[in-house]
Amino acid sequence: MSERANQPATNRPPVTADVAPPGAVPEGVEAPSGRFRLPTDSLRAYTMIIALLAIWLFFQWKTISPLYPYGIFLHPNNFSNLLQQMAVTGVLAVGMLLVIVAGQIDLSVGSVVGLAGGVAAMAQGYGLVPSLGLALVVGLVVGAVQGGLISYGNIPAFIVTLGGMLAWRGVVLGLTKGATIPVQLPVFRTLGVGKLTEGFGVAVGALAIAAVVFLTLSRNRARRRHGLTVPSLGATVLRIAVPAALIALFIYWMILGGGMPVPVLVLLAVAVLGGFLTQNTTFGRYLYAIGGNPDAARLSGINIRRYLLAAFCVLGLLVGVASLLHTGRVGSASPDAGTYMELDAIAACVIGGTSLMGGRGTVSGAVVGALIMASLDNGMSLLNVENYMQYIVKGVVLVAAVGFDMLGRRKS
Amino acid sequence: MSSTTNTPLLEMREITKSFPGVRALDGVSFDLHGGELHALVGENGAGKSTLMKVLAGVYPFGTYGGDVVIDGQVRQFQSVRDSENAGVAVIFQELSLIKELTIGENIFLGREPRRFGVIKWEELYSRAQKLLDELNLSLDPRTPVGHLGIGQQQLVEIAKALSQEARILVLDEPTAALTESEVETLFRIIEGLRARGVGMIYISHKLDEVFRVSRRITVLRDGRTVGTRPAEELNEARVISLMVGREVGDIFPEAEHERGDVVFEARNVTVEDPNVSGKLLVKGVGFKVRRGEVLGIAGLMGAGRSELLMGIFGAWPGRVSGEVYVEGKRIKVSRPSDAIKQGVGFVTEDRKRFGLVLDQTILNNMTLAGLRKLSGRFVTDVDAEAAAGERAKKELRVKANSVFTVVGTLSGGNQQKVVLAKWLLTNPRVLFLDEPTRGIDVGAKQEIYAQINRLAREGLAIVLVSSELPEVLGLSDRVLVLHEGRVTGEFKREEATPEAVMACATGHTQRAA
Repeated sequence: MSERANQPATNRPPVTADVAPPGAVPEGVEAPSGRFRLPTDSLRAYTMIIALLAIWLFFQWKTISPLYPYGIFLHPNNFSNLLQQMAVTGVLAVGMLLVIVAGQIDLSVGSVVGLAGGVAAMAQGYGLVPSLGLALVVGLVVGAVQGGLISYGNIPAFIVTLGGMLAWRGVVLGLTKGATIPVQLPVFRTLGVGKLTEGFGVAVGALAIAAVVFLTLSRNRARRRHGLTVPSLGATVLRIAVPAALIALFIYWMILGGGMPVPVLVLLAVAVLGGFLTQNTTFGRYLYAIGGNPDAARLSGINIRRYLLAAFCVLGLLVGVASLLHTGRVGSASPDAGTYMELDAIAACVIGGTSLMGGRGTVSGAVVGALIMASLDNGMSLLNVENYMQYIVKGVVLVAAVGFDMLGRRKS
Repeated sequence: MSSTTNTPLLEMREITKSFPGVRALDGVSFDLHGGELHALVGENGAGKSTLMKVLAGVYPFGTYGGDVVIDGQVRQFQSVRDSENAGVAVIFQELSLIKELTIGENIFLGREPRRFGVIKWEELYSRAQKLLDELNLSLDPRTPVGHLGIGQQQLVEIAKALSQEARILVLDEPTAALTESEVETLFRIIEGLRARGVGMIYISHKLDEVFRVSRRITVLRDGRTVGTRPAEELNEARVISLMVGREVGDIFPEAEHERGDVVFEARNVTVEDPNVSGKLLVKGVGFKVRRGEVLGIAGLMGAGRSELLMGIFGAWPGRVSGEVYVEGKRIKVSRPSDAIKQGVGFVTEDRKRFGLVLDQTILNNMTLAGLRKLSGRFVTDVDAEAAAGERAKKELRVKANSVFTVVGTLSGGNQQKVVLAKWLLTNPRVLFLDEPTRGIDVGAKQEIYAQINRLAREGLAIVLVSSELPEVLGLSDRVLVLHEGRVTGEFKREEATPEAVMACATGHTQRAA
């Protein structure tokens, strides 16, 4: 898992700061002789970042015009917009990752986004907390029911969630009688479109940098205590400085764009939590083992059913979160909300290096995958690429990403 | 049909086959005449299956040394299809039928009678019916194979071989899964095939059957031919001594372990086949192990050794009954985690399938079973884990750049050490080892042996299952022998001669010592 966690803080501004510091550790052991060997997984992470940067530069170049001599794509306004667009898919991808890593799948995600959002909108009359809370409860309950059928009922996840995709959509249609319900609570709306004030943004950035400093130093202490090699002073400084600089730049850029969007903050929080869950808990470790080799996991005393159920519950909860972001952003809950979102989430995971066979994949990869997809969407819209072409390009990118991955794996 | 022609139907000359680190066959010669039944016997791992895979084209021409000659002509099989075309049919222990398809579909799989690519079902089923009738099997060829018992499936395999007009039929442990009446049916069919001039190679651990049906017997040992004799010149005792007749050698450090109190006891363990209800794979087996003792469990393939351990460990998919005691206290085990909590560790057989998550690091594999003890109940402590992993790596001498190396890239011996480390990191009181040296090279084997002795010296109770008789005899303080799910013998270290153990393993109960 070291390699996985290793994708150092050098990567993309928006998502990194969180996931990297807790994991950036075991490197010291990896290359004690000073000979630096890139593990294949982190090599893959670098290719992904390079691909992302290439996409960004390409769109930046293509959007140069007399009005914007440096291009529009990375302009703070557009960039902030792009991140808002990806927040929903990103949150779903983090949840989906847990399930896919364990060798499962969930096709019902889009319908449940529609259901949870619809329920939340209908419950607005009971006040803010019941309304938002109900969306989370709906997600959790659906996750628990489907996860229970899958793990304790031995019905394949593909079947259960395919049925769920149809059935939950039916439930939304029935509940709302096909009507679109507007969002009236201001805070609900803020979840989707709000932006943090400058002061708040700076505070978040400062907090993140403080966390990086604290985690890096406490990490060093722990390694000394266990008699493992401790990174040199220079390396430690670098490990703090690089992420800190990226965080600062990111916050600055967001402020230029009118303030850090609330959904982006939610996505960052979800990504940090998801990263922690996968890399730093027994739960996460067991999911990788279950997906990688269920027989070995079972014989090592892991209660597979319990952990599969838990993974579907976490996904369900995140689907609830995503439904709020989506409904808030659109400004209303329509009965067909969320259609095809499961496919976007799965695609984000896969582009991010997750194996559908289970056992491989990272939260940061899934988030970058979502970012790549959102960048393509946003960039092609800026260039007025026709709709049909956008679908084709995204489809080709998905297949090509996995194709390259297979090529690289075969060689190694 | 003359069976005494001078040119043999099949001749395998000086066959040599190597795998990385192992020479599985070393100049083995074997021949077979039409209408003859020639038995091939030897311990597990003696090279019987490898030899048959050469014959069947599983290992294509060029990957082995020596010649396969059929009808006086050297053959160069590239694939199983080539050998089938030359009239070779092999019925392996693991049946190759597709359960969802019917008997007829299975018999003609890949060779369906057809016109313009459309299958002629009537012809297929009428030909299948004719084959079944020839074998005196009252079965409807439209029955899905999954509905048949294992014994009948085996007979369907034979029908399939006949449909290919096989002249050389290899039967690998054909009676392992059969009931007595099915065995009689099989023997009748064998008689009929012999009369039709089919040459048969019969592989079996059951020596009484071997003597009943075969005309000649070839004994393999360690990839070499020990001898080929007419059956009437041999008896079971003689065959056993040919099978085991080898120096146990001094690769096993002579270790007299200090034995303490009984740590672990299993009583009256019975294990049922999950697929065939009522069929018992282990029938009322019990044993005790003391602190610092190595208990060896010997037996041939299918004797129920792994099933016994899996059953005790709570990992068997079928029904299990019996009582388990750890340090005199009865424990209830319904899943592996229960056993692990009570201090039972289990280095399972087939490390790639049951032992390791190949995509993950050495460290993650080492800490998988003991993660909560080593690292914290929910939040993991990567550094505490890394420290424990580094210690284990050093102690077991795992050769790898670091504990963050992916396990799938290691050699078999090092992978096995990782599995061992995984269980040692759970702090077990008793450790089961199932085939701990399968498929690893000699040097790594010796290292594993040394570790087993060290662990026993340090007071661990060890239960060792191995198909390699010398390994069991060389390491164990006591040897339990299983045959078809029952204990047929128990020996102290000094009484456990290869001949005596092998006799029990082939079904004789222990002579009163």
